Amino acid sequence: MKLRSRRLLDRSLTGVSVMAIVLMSLSLLVLLGPIFSRGAAAFLFRATSEFRRFNLEQFNRGDSRRIAAESRAVAEARQPLYGMLAAFTAELEDMDPARRRELRQQFKEVRDLLRELLGPLPGEMDAVMLRQQYGQTRWDRARVTLQRILFSEQWDYSDPSRMGRKVLVPRRQAFAGTQLEPLFPHLQQNLKSMLQPRFTFYWRFLSDRSLDSHFFGGIWPEILGTFYLTLGAMLLAIPFGVIAAIYLSEFAAAGRLVSLLRVCISTLAGVPSIVFGLFGLAFFINTLHLSHSKSVLAGSATLALLILPTIIRAAEEALKSVPHAYKEAALSLGASPLRMVLTVLLPAALPGILTGVIISMGRAAGETAPIIFTAAVSVGRPLKLWETLNQPTPALPWNIYNLATEHQAVDQIRHVQFGMVLTLVLLVLLLNLAAIVIRARISRKMRG
Amino acid sequence: MIQPTLANIRAAAEPATADYGGRQAHVACDRFSFFYGDNQAVRNVTLDFPSFQVTAIIGPSGCGKSTLLRSINRMNDLIPGGRTGGRLVFDGQDVYGPRLDVVTLRRRIGMVFQKPNPFPKSIFNNVAYGRRLHDGPAKGRLQEIVEASLQRAGLWDEVKDRLDDNALSLSGGQQQRLCIARALAVDPEVLLMDEPTSALDPRATARIEDLIAELRGRYTIIIVTHNMQQAARVSDLTAFLYEGDLIEYGATAQMFTKPRQKRTEDYMTGRFG
Repeated sequence: MKLRSRRLLDRSLTGVSVMAIVLMSLSLLVLLGPIFSRGAAAFLFRATSEFRRFNLEQFNRGDSRRIAAESRAVAEARQPLYGMLAAFTAELEDMDPARRRELRQQFKEVRDLLRELLGPLPGEMDAVMLRQQYGQTRWDRARVTLQRILFSEQWDYSDPSRMGRKVLVPRRQAFAGTQLEPLFPHLQQNLKSMLQPRFTFYWRFLSDRSLDSHFFGGIWPEILGTFYLTLGAMLLAIPFGVIAAIYLSEFAAAGRLVSLLRVCISTLAGVPSIVFGLFGLAFFINTLHLSHSKSVLAGSATLALLILPTIIRAAEEALKSVPHAYKEAALSLGASPLRMVLTVLLPAALPGILTGVIISMGRAAGETAPIIFTAAVSVGRPLKLWETLNQPTPALPWNIYNLATEHQAVDQIRHVQFGMVLTLVLLVLLLNLAAIVIRARISRKMRG
Repeated sequence: MIQPTLANIRAAAEPATADYGGRQAHVACDRFSFFYGDNQAVRNVTLDFPSFQVTAIIGPSGCGKSTLLRSINRMNDLIPGGRTGGRLVFDGQDVYGPRLDVVTLRRRIGMVFQKPNPFPKSIFNNVAYGRRLHDGPAKGRLQEIVEASLQRAGLWDEVKDRLDDNALSLSGGQQQRLCIARALAVDPEVLLMDEPTSALDPRATARIEDLIAELRGRYTIIIVTHNMQQAARVSDLTAFLYEGDLIEYGATAQMFTKPRQKRTEDYMTGRFG
C-alpha cells in the first residue's frame, strides 16, 4: 500500500511537470505566432505605386523611368475618377441650398478619404506633411480606406432598450441621382489599376530612417539606439561586475560588511526598473550632469546599474565553481594572486560569466522603464557614435510602447509597431545565439 | 622521545649521499609548528632536508605530513586561522620572515599535488605557464624550455606531436607527469610532492617512481606518501610523523630494516595507521 501510494505520487509529479512544460510551450507558440506573422507584414506586403513613387522621391531609389511610366499609367487610370469629382463639384453649385449643405459635408469626407487613398487631388497645393503628399503605400491599408469610402459608419439608436449599434451605410445612397454616384462602383472595380499593388520584400525596413513619425520608412534609428544602449550598458556593467565578483569570491574576508554587501546586491536585483529610471534621471542627469538632458550615455549607465546584480551574481558563482586545484597550481608556480586571477581563474570561469552576460544583455535590450527618463525619445535620427555622449535616441522597446499609445494615427502604422516587436525579439534572440555559440566554443576548448 | 639532532641526521644520511652537486639549497625545520586555529597539526618538528636527496615523509592519515610539506612553500597561507611557530629555513632565509618574497620562494620550490591538476589549457601553455609568469612575454627560448621540461618529466615522446591539444585530454598518469614538467619548467631547486601517485593506477605509479629516481641528484625532493613501499623504493631518507610529532628520522634503508622506535616499527608492520 505504501509502495503503491508512493508510486502514484511519483507519477502524478511527473505528470504535473510534463503538463507545465507543455503549457509553457503552447503559450510561447501563441505568443510568438502573431509576433512573427504580423511582424513579417512590415517586411513583406503588397506595395502600391505610391510606395514606389515615395521611394524614388524621398530615398532616390528605384528605376526612375519605369516609375515615371507607371505614374503616367496610374494617372490615366485615375482620370475618370477625378473627372467625376469635377463634374460633381460643378453640379453642387447649382443645387438648392438645403440639399447642397447636406451633401457638401459628405462630399468633403469623400474627398478627404480619396486624398488619403490616392494622394493629393488635382489642383490641390502640395501639402506640408509628407503623409498628405502620398496616398496609401500599402495595399492592405488601401483596402481599409476603400471600405471607409464605400461605407459610412453610423450609429443606430432607434431602439432605446438596447445599446447603440454600428451600421455601415453605403455612401452611394446619399449621392443617389448625382454625378458622383457612379464613382463608388468605379473606384471599387478599378482601385487595383489606380494603385498597382505588387508584392514587395521591403528589407530596408531595417536600414531606413523613419519619415513623418513612422508613417513612412523604417526603424533604423530605433535599432541603432537599442544597439548603442545595450552595448553601452554591457561595456559599463561587465568590468565593474566582474571586478566586484572577483573581490567578493577571492579577496573579501568573510565578515559582516561583506555579507551586508551581498544583501545589498540581492536587493538591487529586486528593485523595480522604473525606480532605476528615476534614479538615473536624478543621479546621472540632474546630479552628475553626465549630459544636459536625456542621452544614450545616461541611459546606458542606468541600464548598467540594472543588470549589475545579475552579472555580479553569475560571475561570482562561476568564479567559485572553478576547481581549487587550478588556483593552487598557479600559486605554487609563483603566481601572485592577481596573476592567478587573470591567467587561470578568469579564463576558467569565462563560460559561466558569459551566461550572466547573455541573460543581462537580453534584459538591457528589452527594458523600457529605465530609458524613459534617461535616454529615449519617440522620433529621432540615427546617431553618430560620438553623439551618444549627449544625444537622446529612439529605441525599440520605448518606441513600441510609444507607437501603441501616443501616436496620432495608431491604426495607420500598426505594421511598423509589429515590425519593431519582431525586430526586437529577433535582435535579442540573435544576441543570445551569438553569446551561446561563443560560450560553447570556449567550454569545448577548455574541456579538450 | 629523543628529537634527532641535525648532526645525527647528517650522519644517518651520509651513506645514501650520492653527490651534492654545485647547489647548496636545503630546507630545515627548527622546532617548527603549524596550528589550525587551536589545533596544533605539526608539533615542534626539527628536521633537515639535505640537498639533492629524496626525503619521504610517512605517517598515518592526519599526522600532519601534508601540512608540514605545504608549509615549506607557504601554500598554507591560504588557510584562514592558520599560523606557525618555530622556524622554517630555506637556503638560509626564514620562510615565514617578514622580508621573504613568496613569489620567489614558490618559484624556487616547486610542488606536485595529490590529484593531477593541469590547467584547462594546451599542453604547451601548461608547461610554459610558470616560465611566462617569471620571464614576461614569450621568448624564443620558451620552446626549448618546454621541450626540455617535458623530456625531463619523461613525457616528451608521448606529446611532442600534440602540444596544442588540451592538457585535460591526457590520461591521469600523463597529466601528473605534465604537472611535474610544469613545475620543472620554472627551474626550481626543491620539488615538493604531496602523495603524487595516490590518484593513479599501478603502471602510472611505477612511471612516476622511475621519474623520481631520474630526478634524484638534480633536485631536492620531498615526497609525502601513505604508501610505505613507495617510500622504501624512492627515498634516501625517511621521516615518520605521528599525530604531529616527528617520531623517527633516518636513512630509509636503516628505518625499514632496523627502526629505532617502537611506534615506527608498529606502523611499518601495520599494527596501526
